Amino acid sequence: MSIVGIVLHSLRQHALSTAVTAASVALAGGLLLTVWVVKTQAQAAFTGVNAGFDAVLGARGSKLQLVLNAIFHLESSPGNVAWQDFLDVQSNLDVELAVPIAVGDNYHGWRIVGTTPDLFLKSEYAPGKKFELRLGGNWFDPARRSAVVGSFVAEKMKLKIGDKFHPFHGLVFDEQMQHSETYVVVGVLKPSNTPVDRVIWIPLEGVQRMSGHGAQADTAVSAVLVKLKAGSALAGFQLDTLYNKQGNRLTFAWPIGRVVAELFDKIGWFDRVLTLVAWLVALVATSSILASIYNSMNERRRELAIFRALGARRTTVSSVIVLEAATISALGVIVGFGFYVGLISIVTRIIRSQTGVVLEPFAFDPVMLWEPVVFVALGALAGIVPAIKAYRTDVAQNLTPRS
Amino acid sequence: MKTNDSVLLQIDGLQKSFIAPGGASNRIVNVPEFSLAAGAQLALAGESGSGKTTLLNLIAGILKPDTGRILFNGMAVSEFGESRRDRFRAHNIGYIFQTFNLLQGYTCLENVLLGMSFGQGADHMFAENLLKLVGLEGRLQYRPSQLSTGQQQRVAVARALANRPKLVLADEPTGNLDRKNSVAALALIREACRENGAALLLVSHDSEVLGQFDDTQDFAKINQVATVEVPV
Repeated sequence: MSIVGIVLHSLRQHALSTAVTAASVALAGGLLLTVWVVKTQAQAAFTGVNAGFDAVLGARGSKLQLVLNAIFHLESSPGNVAWQDFLDVQSNLDVELAVPIAVGDNYHGWRIVGTTPDLFLKSEYAPGKKFELRLGGNWFDPARRSAVVGSFVAEKMKLKIGDKFHPFHGLVFDEQMQHSETYVVVGVLKPSNTPVDRVIWIPLEGVQRMSGHGAQADTAVSAVLVKLKAGSALAGFQLDTLYNKQGNRLTFAWPIGRVVAELFDKIGWFDRVLTLVAWLVALVATSSILASIYNSMNERRRELAIFRALGARRTTVSSVIVLEAATISALGVIVGFGFYVGLISIVTRIIRSQTGVVLEPFAFDPVMLWEPVVFVALGALAGIVPAIKAYRTDVAQNLTPRS
Repeated sequence: MKTNDSVLLQIDGLQKSFIAPGGASNRIVNVPEFSLAAGAQLALAGESGSGKTTLLNLIAGILKPDTGRILFNGMAVSEFGESRRDRFRAHNIGYIFQTFNLLQGYTCLENVLLGMSFGQGADHMFAENLLKLVGLEGRLQYRPSQLSTGQQQRVAVARALANRPKLVLADEPTGNLDRKNSVAALALIREACRENGAALLLVSHDSEVLGQFDDTQDFAKINQVATVEVPV
């Protein structure tokens, strides 16, 4: 029987405390993995989302609010942009594509956004990827009250081609605020795993001329999505200067990724708190290994003395204890991956439903390599204190009474 | 005492003291001279508390003497460091305890295999043969708690022989057995040692046990603690 055999035997013998301790390590490991993966993936995903555009032009105000509203379809619009401003930026020589959007209505809480077909026909939401419709669908006709529904909304609201609905006024659902206009679903988007999936798209004029919207809405948009010409390296700086420094009516949020990154910088403290909590949980779990084994040492003193009487060295019995602690930790790490899968699935679903951004929970992350190593090392470290106790076990005293 | 001329164990001037709760030094062992031949079977007769177990622990290398020398097969065991004494014990000594000291979480076979793993290495075939020798071939997977006291004693005998020791130390090995089982167990220990070529040093206070040995010595004559004054 090898040392490993003795360790496994001991773990089986103390199956309940082994299971409970390993479970606490599993919870800690799963939590740490989840926090870490969500942190890194969310940052990468959110800063990478730009709907295929480089910048957003909007009313004077916060760049972050502008991006959250126009790209992520969160937050309220900071104000309107005059139609002429849209035409000006559209005609700028450095601009490849400018698409206006108008917000202000919802359907049972799902945002309705007015735009032009250019958004779907001329832009790519990711390199080489254009928006596509599910079989049998059509893009909306700007002259008719027709709608293209994002895949996530269609799934949640069970909307399909041919369905009719009435928009509700405002960004928050209030059943008293129903518009009289009736829209017909003419297409459902294929999933793009972007915030576009969470929106009902109608012609720009639809939002502009919706009953109850002010007269100024006819000649204004909420924001303009701007794609700069490739190779025009200075274009962004020039437009930034033009709108943000020289002008004082509009805000040019560019580049979109950096604006979102600033958000993550601002909430970095929260991220650090979460990570700290995860590490503290890991520390508590490791301490539970220490406490569990240490408490069992009194009842195991005789067993260890017998090992010694049979010829086991002090280092052998203490190695058994350290290896036992490391094995409990390793078991916890393995189970922890299962816990991680469950937890990350829930978190991913929540993030997708709230933002439309899809994380890839099973994509490789270096934390998946170093977390098991660190946890097993911590477990082994926790075994050192009881191992010292095992090392010091007096053989003669614990075998039989002295005669 | 000697069955042949080859001396297996030679003890000279061996002393061991313990600190009593009051702080006084209490000498337990004082053996000026003692020897045992290879393959011999010797019983030491002594009362409880006379230092018999301490002497066995010194011979096994579990305890280190304060002074004196223990020569085992030419090796000065008393000079060994702890790690080397552990190794010596694993390879040369089989120990049968009064309370058997079987590992309750392990089966009979595992108890014997465990005895091997710190010494020569696990040998399933030999372990099974030993358990067969002590009449437990049908109880290999039983745990000690599932066995009678007599059967537990037999497992302890098998385990003591697991590493093919040159010397088996038996500390009141029948102390927990009834008369009938006691006689049978003693016969088994002696026979098993003979078959495996191991010497046997047994300590007991039981006159019936001692009566079965041709070679018996009074422990009080070997261990002369009463005549020694120890300054505190």
